[in-house]
Amino acid sequence: MHEPDCNTIDLSRRHALKAGVGLGLFGMFVTLGLLPKSALAAVDRKVFEAKTLKEAFQAMGGLAPADSNLINLDVPETAENGATVPVIVESKLPQTEQISILVDKNPTALAEHYTFPEGTEGYISTRIKMAQTGTVVALVKAGGKFYKISREVKVTAGGC
Amino acid sequence: MSNPTKMKATATNGVTEVRALMQHEMETGRRKDESGNLVPAWYITDIKVQHNGRTVLEGQYGTSVSKNPFLMFRFKGGKAGDKLTLSWTDNRGEKRTDEAAIG
Repeated sequence: MHEPDCNTIDLSRRHALKAGVGLGLFGMFVTLGLLPKSALAAVDRKVFEAKTLKEAFQAMGGLAPADSNLINLDVPETAENGATVPVIVESKLPQTEQISILVDKNPTALAEHYTFPEGTEGYISTRIKMAQTGTVVALVKAGGKFYKISREVKVTAGGC
Repeated sequence: MSNPTKMKATATNGVTEVRALMQHEMETGRRKDESGNLVPAWYITDIKVQHNGRTVLEGQYGTSVSKNPFLMFRFKGGKAGDKLTLSWTDNRGEKRTDEAAIG
């Protein structure tokens, strides 16, 4: 449908390295505790500029999130319309504080980031755009640690 | 002018389930219009849901959220008649807050 509009993806990836330097620095500040704690709950807007999953994880302070089978990620195997891909994330990890939804092949990796106050279940149902076939990642922060689960979604008509 | 968020919430066994449908174009800034011009990015960046004034969910969005964002989540507490509000802010600085009563 809108395929020609997606052509910027490859080009922007070439600049990923450059952007990564800035984001890496931000991640370092977070790790060193140089940023206030509130900056961890709500992610810095810069994280939304990260082109790759790695850059996004680094920028969020979760350098190597462990795979967890205590997270359910419900996505369709095939999405006929990349403009609306239903995503449900359910975390059974105790003390789930945050859930982020990322897509590896989108122009920017981070789609959504939620913060769960005490009393709100670690569950979110939403709809995202996918530019092409790729992997959806649910990143969960629970008890101060990051965990993830990934699922591939085949996209027949990209939505960007 | 923006359009109101449609929101419905039900309380069952001490848990409130909230469904919301925000009304927003959610332009990525990468789409071209019929004349081939890029449509500027225009999307919701922040959302907040409150129950009787207490925040029960906060979210931040990038450009990969579908047009007219849909959201469903659950929180402990809440009873019929309680007030829920959903507020959003977009990248142009426009804000709106809509409310609904738990059914």
